[in-house]
Amino acid sequence: MKRTLPLILAMITGFIVLISDFIPHWPFGMITSEIEKWFLIISGFALILGQINLIKVNVNKIRFKAEGWQYFIITIASFAIMVLFGALWGTQSNVGLLGNGTKIVEVIGSKPFDYLFDNVYQHLQATMFSLLAFFIASAAYRAFIARTPESNLLLIAAILVMLGNTSLGSFLTGWLPENLDFLHLPNVSQFIMKYPTTAGQRAIMIGAGLGLIGSSLRIILGIERSYLGGN
Amino acid sequence: MMKRTLVLLLIIYTSSLLFADLSLTAIDKPNDDGSGIILNWQYSGEEIIELQLFRRHDGGHYNQVTTFTELSGKYTDTNEIEVGTEYDYKINAIANVESPKNPGTFNKLIIESAHAKATSKAQWFNTDKISVLIFGLILFVSIMWFIISARSGKDLYIRKIAGLESMNESVGRATEMGQPILFIPGTLDLDDMQTIAGLTILGKLAERAAEYDTELIVPVCRSMVLSTAKEIVKESYLKAGRPDAFNPDSVFYLTDDQFGFVAGVDGIIVREKPAANFFLGAFYAESLILAETGFASGAIQTAGTAMPSQLPFFVTACDYTLIGEELFAASAYLSKDPQQLGSLKGQDIGKAIFLFVLITGIIFEILGISWLKDFLTIH
Repeated sequence: MKRTLPLILAMITGFIVLISDFIPHWPFGMITSEIEKWFLIISGFALILGQINLIKVNVNKIRFKAEGWQYFIITIASFAIMVLFGALWGTQSNVGLLGNGTKIVEVIGSKPFDYLFDNVYQHLQATMFSLLAFFIASAAYRAFIARTPESNLLLIAAILVMLGNTSLGSFLTGWLPENLDFLHLPNVSQFIMKYPTTAGQRAIMIGAGLGLIGSSLRIILGIERSYLGGN
Repeated sequence: MMKRTLVLLLIIYTSSLLFADLSLTAIDKPNDDGSGIILNWQYSGEEIIELQLFRRHDGGHYNQVTTFTELSGKYTDTNEIEVGTEYDYKINAIANVESPKNPGTFNKLIIESAHAKATSKAQWFNTDKISVLIFGLILFVSIMWFIISARSGKDLYIRKIAGLESMNESVGRATEMGQPILFIPGTLDLDDMQTIAGLTILGKLAERAAEYDTELIVPVCRSMVLSTAKEIVKESYLKAGRPDAFNPDSVFYLTDDQFGFVAGVDGIIVREKPAANFFLGAFYAESLILAETGFASGAIQTAGTAMPSQLPFFVTACDYTLIGEELFAASAYLSKDPQQLGSLKGQDIGKAIFLFVLITGIIFEILGISWLKDFLTIH
């Protein structure tokens, strides 16, 4: 029963959502939108579960003095501070339990929650994102090492695209006559991005789309049960 | 004097009516649930300020729907349309007419009017999606055909997927090194099929990890995924006959925030130094940050996603990459279940058919025949 009921539910829900894409008539559209609402409601409850799990896991690590346990204190403290500030003085668009914290706003310029969000959280986020620049450089270095004919092709294409997107590319081939315009580096770069790259991406998308349909059918028909922990 | 003015105004009004032409058509919006009526209007004549559209039903008062400044166009009325109700639309062309009594003074007047009626209806089939239905059915039939063939004992050849063949190698390496395995089921929620595909692989991986008594770490970035992943890992340990080895804290929630999650996972990679990393699911900009950190830590890495823009990053930074459909095929491939393998074979037939249609479409377009493109286009 523990497996059969979820399987039947998945099958019925899957079929309804699938056929409602083709049948606009009532009640199919309504059922689908209701199911989507249920998902949001369940997500809301699951969020509480997630937060409880976050506290439990981190508190356990602090209690048992796991390696680097001090970091977990920071996690718990940050979580508590944000919840507390949000609850007491609210956020930009919400009023907190103690009102809008007008006096605090006069001193720091915004509500405590928003202050931390703008001055700490967003900067931390930007810091993580900026790491990407360094990782792209190191990954590109490895990818562009000429070893095989394929990697040579990749290297040539990469150089052409990079040059084509800089002013150096325009400068190097700017002197070409009009009838050789297709060899102008920005045009070559545009061609590579527009045709071979797009074709490759679309091929992957078609394959993924088919895989997605096959995978969905396996789940709807109850052939695929791994997501329930079974075979 | 007053009488003369009125007569003049009337003459101007009637003459403008004679030269102006305003038309309005109303039809039920096709292929919908009866919540829309399409209106087309066209005006030609003297200069006007705007066109005002009104609506009424059951002989009630006209209520203004909207105004247009364009002289012709199409508008879909979806504002509280009830199925089966007949709506009477009226469109008025409004112009500034100079008062003959006071030159330089303008009055807004209706110089032309048109009516149209339409009843909203709900359709039982969206004919725009006929091509999707046909191809969906072809795919369904081919998948079912191969599932039945597999059930009857027919041997089916499925090409080797290196990324999945390496799973044992990864688990073995982690066991030998005494280091944990890290699994990330993407950064999207359960409503994304890639997350589900990732979780189905997690079940198989957790079973192997349980058999080899290797620690498995599964940080997740969505609460819904947390409950599902925890249940999957628990069941896998149970199936492997090692329920006691299951650590509920091994599957844990970090944060919903994209880069907060990356920071958390990077911290785990640096601190715990997992011997094998699996990134299977939907990823965005975080893909390279995760994969490069894993690469720097020296872990054997397997990634899989259907996000075309993230695949190059994974290919560069990981040892094995499941490209697009391979991610969805992984669970069937690993299960070795003939029924599931049959469905993969069915997918391949579908792919061949799509390829044929694509090539035919290209040839037709070159020849100037466009009916196939029109048939396949969803409006």
